[in-house]
Amino acid sequence: MSKLSVNHLLGIKGLKTKDIDLIFKTADNFKRIINQPIKKVPTLRDITIANLFFENSTRTRLSFELAEKRLSADVVNFSSSSSSVKKGETLVDTVNNILAMKVDMVVMRHPNPGAAEFLSRNVNASIVNAGDGAHEHPTQALLDCYSIREKYGDVKGKKVVIVGDILHSRVALSNIHCLQKLGAEVRVCGPSTLIPKYIDSLSVKHVSNLKEALNWCDVANVLRIQLERQDVKYFPSLREYSMVYGINKEVLDSLDKEITIMHPGPINRGVELSSDVADSECAIILDQVENGVAIRMAVMYLLAGKIKR
Amino acid sequence: MEKEKQIVNSKQFSIMIERLACQLIENHVNFEETVLVGIQPRGVNFSKRILQKINKLTYNTEIQSGSLDITFFRDDFGRRDVPIEAQELNMNFSVEGKRVVLIDDVLFTGRSVRSAMDALMNFGRPKEVELMVLIDRRLSRHLPIEPNYVGKTVDSISSEKVVVKWKDIDKEDKIILLKSE
Repeated sequence: MSKLSVNHLLGIKGLKTKDIDLIFKTADNFKRIINQPIKKVPTLRDITIANLFFENSTRTRLSFELAEKRLSADVVNFSSSSSSVKKGETLVDTVNNILAMKVDMVVMRHPNPGAAEFLSRNVNASIVNAGDGAHEHPTQALLDCYSIREKYGDVKGKKVVIVGDILHSRVALSNIHCLQKLGAEVRVCGPSTLIPKYIDSLSVKHVSNLKEALNWCDVANVLRIQLERQDVKYFPSLREYSMVYGINKEVLDSLDKEITIMHPGPINRGVELSSDVADSECAIILDQVENGVAIRMAVMYLLAGKIKR
Repeated sequence: MEKEKQIVNSKQFSIMIERLACQLIENHVNFEETVLVGIQPRGVNFSKRILQKINKLTYNTEIQSGSLDITFFRDDFGRRDVPIEAQELNMNFSVEGKRVVLIDDVLFTGRSVRSAMDALMNFGRPKEVELMVLIDRRLSRHLPIEPNYVGKTVDSISSEKVVVKWKDIDKEDKIILLKSE
């Protein structure tokens, strides 16, 4: 079996296609395990993992913690709201203090792009990026592509449109890299103000018309409007956004074919997705959540295998 | 350079399989509470062969069987240069109260069998667990594990390798001893 070409998971951009295939293959095994009556294996019993969340998170944090516990790793959790970061400690100092307590791997979410990369250069531990600002969220992209692979058998040749706030989304950037590495065709759809200027350089086409984009695609990955990251007004009102870019049953019924709807969560029901779509058969949102645990188990298993004993 | 020495030819091989199948039939009679579990990867071939033989000898007794992957239960995780690839796990039944026969091709240090017992307990509490191996490399055990059914006992040193070849994969049934020169 081959090994990962990297010692940290900082972003999809730095991964090779064979790394992604290896993660998927490993995740297949873990998916079987988490559906057994006993969902746990003893593999990482000698590994300690710190989950450092400098930004709010429910799903990702729970998913990582479950994945770690199902691999029998020891887990410590940390959130910046209740820590000494508020007292002025630097990131490297905080992490080195945690590592002094003999921690082998760090899972980190941070509001600053590049925080995970910075950490990987300055501390001696395996780093897993759980989201760094609007830069990358690699495990989310992996689980999204894994869910597409599960539904269609392969990601290659599939047409995927990412709808919504692309500018502030780390999920979008990681997904674009991951989908393209696996041979899918990607377009983005949303108001021009929410599309980054560099999108052409990624060979991704911007489509303004929602219906045109949906008619083209096999899968629509719908993103939330990240109001907390928007410093200025990018569109007149949420109501207007929802009228133009919101996906509801009516829009789906008007298409020539059936498409698959994905969403990384949290959903703002009635804004980007209506409830009847979010709960419908064509949405695989909860499958994504289940696959998230298997993917994170695979990532940590493969990275932990590279830690010298 | 490795020197190859055949220790079991295809005729002896099929006699061994038949003898082991007969021993199982003698001890388990109608196999009502018995499950055969092959340890991935090579124990699965052996388990299939034993199952075929028992079916032939007993006119198709229904026997539950599965294959067990032990990758995540091994004790050498992170200590190998290249990690072991996980294999398919096929255990669509509970082993609660069952008589389990674990099946592997070569018993060497006993570590795989230890991992397999751990993995097995995830599927219930068996009434008993027996171990069947085609080759028992005695004198090389790291753990106190002994087989109940043995095809052939081989005395070998740790630098030697015992390889079982299967007709359906390697064209011929045979067992060879590889010595590095």
